[in-house]
Amino acid sequence: MSGEYVSKLEKKLSSGGFAVTAELGPPRGANENVIAEKAKLLSCWVDGVNITDNQTAIVRMSSIAACVHVLEAGLEPIMQMVTRDRNRIALQSDLLGAYSLGIRNILCLSGDHHVFGSQPDALGVFDVDSIQLLRIVDEMRRSGRDMSGYQLDTPPRMFVGAAANPFADPFDYRVIRLAKKIDAGARFIQTQCIYNLERFRGWMSRLCQEGLTEKVYILGGVTPLKSAGMAKYMAQKVAGMDIPEAVIRRMEGVPREKAAREGVKIALETIHELQTIAGVRGVHIMAIENEQAVGALVEEARLMKIPGCLEGE
Amino acid sequence: MIVAEQKPLPEIIEMVSPFKKLLILGCGTCVKTCFAGGEEEVAVLASILRLDARHKGKDIQITELTIERQCENEFIQEASEAVSANDAVLSLACGAGVQDIARRFKNTPVLPGLNTTFVGVMESRGLFTEECLCCGDCRLGMTGGVCVLARCAKKLSNGPCGGSRNGKCEVNPEIDCAWQLVIDRMTCLGTLDSLRQYCPPRDWRSSNSAGPRKLLREDMVI
Repeated sequence: MSGEYVSKLEKKLSSGGFAVTAELGPPRGANENVIAEKAKLLSCWVDGVNITDNQTAIVRMSSIAACVHVLEAGLEPIMQMVTRDRNRIALQSDLLGAYSLGIRNILCLSGDHHVFGSQPDALGVFDVDSIQLLRIVDEMRRSGRDMSGYQLDTPPRMFVGAAANPFADPFDYRVIRLAKKIDAGARFIQTQCIYNLERFRGWMSRLCQEGLTEKVYILGGVTPLKSAGMAKYMAQKVAGMDIPEAVIRRMEGVPREKAAREGVKIALETIHELQTIAGVRGVHIMAIENEQAVGALVEEARLMKIPGCLEGE
Repeated sequence: MIVAEQKPLPEIIEMVSPFKKLLILGCGTCVKTCFAGGEEEVAVLASILRLDARHKGKDIQITELTIERQCENEFIQEASEAVSANDAVLSLACGAGVQDIARRFKNTPVLPGLNTTFVGVMESRGLFTEECLCCGDCRLGMTGGVCVLARCAKKLSNGPCGGSRNGKCEVNPEIDCAWQLVIDRMTCLGTLDSLRQYCPPRDWRSSNSAGPRKLLREDMVI
């Protein structure tokens, strides 16, 4: 891999570091202070923060704008870009705009289906899929050309990532799909939340066998559970989520006021396990609307702290 | 076939309310097969509209007629007399049939009695499923005979999203995950490896994205 890095996240991963990324959801409104506040909670503890793109198909401040606010707060954004809402013309245009604003990491996704959102009557665009978007971004990086073949004046050169869900069906195809994402240009992968470590280990060993872990940095997804109710809800209602019965029973087995702590303990154990699995190069902590939990978790897991960083500044 | 369903009755009643003499025109091909617009549906709808008019003390004369196809001139001619004897036509054809009738009878209002839903098949009696989006660039040969454009909720070309669960689509657990069907079929055929190949973005010009399509078969022109 080249010695020139486009982002701090790329540099950390390329130099063998164990990366930590988190997630920050833009507000349902135009108040940039919400982002600044959330960014403060994360700034000492992560290498980069994913800025979601109208997650769950609910209208929020745009990912690009929120990325800029995060940059201003001194944090490195990972711009999520979904293919649900924009055709190829708009996606490419926004890529150029994002790069011009200093955004250097991108995560390419198809996006949560709009029928689950607040405006299920919308048209789903899906002109291209997530793998095609990866290739569009990668092609701009490698050849400097847009999809029409036009040589761009200052092409965006992004550190490109994709998502993977080791727990979704059909299991056997998941490895092929990841290989396709790598072929299309993905350099890092953030996975779905991991609660079923056995299945995750099985998936990782398949990736190792196929030589895929040599080609891509895998960041394991971790979400601290807040309650037994949350665990059950996610197990039943969230598509592609695998929460074993044992984890749910463990959350049910503690008094309600200690449930959040138990959730953090499970997350800590998961992080420690992930650090021992060959090919895992970092963690992606998705503490949904619970950003203050991220710093505590990273500190307790002794993962990292940005040198000289003063919390809350 | 083209699958359609009858519009809600209140909508039909409201649409036909200005007219005293109404022709309900059935279509004897696709929409007959999907129980939406054949002779039987014409007869039932006519009875309902007559009853409704009587109930409201209104005067309406309804003529019933079903022709073989409302999208072919040869058959449309059979309806000429009935059309000119009425104030309006309530067509129980698909959108193409409604438009063809409207095109041929310029001075008669033509109203749609059905909502045209999709191109599909009757999986079992009374159950219809969407199978084709008429994209104009068929790739069924690459996906084991399962159309991922019509049957994947995200129109994904390169494999299933993370929401495929127990073979069902996250959008609706009643619907099969198209990619699960593709993978099952290609596993059966021993061609699963070919799914490793990257599928590039579509050229949507073959679809109606580039405007309404026209097909000219010069060899068939008289």
